[in-house]
Amino acid sequence: MSEEPVFDTQGVVRKFMFVNRKAPYGTIYALEILESVLISAAFEQDISVAFLDDGVFQIKKGHDPKDLGMKNFSPTYRALGGYDIEKLYVEKESMEARGLGPDDFVVKVQVVPAAELSKLMAEQDVLITG
Amino acid sequence: MPYTVNGNTIETDEEGYLMDLSLWTQDIAAAIAAAENVDMTDEHWQVVNFLREYYNEYQIAPAIRVLTKAMKEKFGAEKGNNKYLYDLFPYGPAKQACKIAGLPKPTGCV
Repeated sequence: MSEEPVFDTQGVVRKFMFVNRKAPYGTIYALEILESVLISAAFEQDISVAFLDDGVFQIKKGHDPKDLGMKNFSPTYRALGGYDIEKLYVEKESMEARGLGPDDFVVKVQVVPAAELSKLMAEQDVLITG
Repeated sequence: MPYTVNGNTIETDEEGYLMDLSLWTQDIAAAIAAAENVDMTDEHWQVVNFLREYYNEYQIAPAIRVLTKAMKEKFGAEKGNNKYLYDLFPYGPAKQACKIAGLPKPTGCV
């Protein structure tokens, strides 16, 4: 049995990418990932957030989920900058397949082709998908 | 621990945060502050009002690091620092001030 602490993370910065693939409402995935992103910011890690497939709808302007009995949490994505989370990626193919463009989002994002996003994913220490 | 304000009972969770954020009034804030032993001055209200503005804009209560940064941008370095905020809210500005402001517990408050 090793005596080494399990979480010896002092001073270690790992690359985390949170990958959003699901529509914002109807499941809890989008909100849970968003909360995880905010919590992870407290640990001063290298955080990035990617949106692909229906996940691109999470940051689309004009959410109105009142009739679903859900809170519109899309304004919270605009708080990420204050948490020093500035690497937000949208997969180009997913965005275009849904008739969206960079101006349709509530936050400033980098639009990257799938091939480039897969390279970015390969560089991460931790990938968390929802 | 519900608060009784002007004859109305205001429900809270087990830590004293309001269950229904829309019920918040200044009188309720004063009642929460009294329960927290915080003597509300203009400086306290400034932080509480700033938190409510932040919540209205972003729909979350900010982590302390984010609060100090945002306070610094708006009010300057003498108010945007931990010492200033802890002097006003000794049990943690994010937790205690958010509670008085009628906001949920800050996300990322571990």
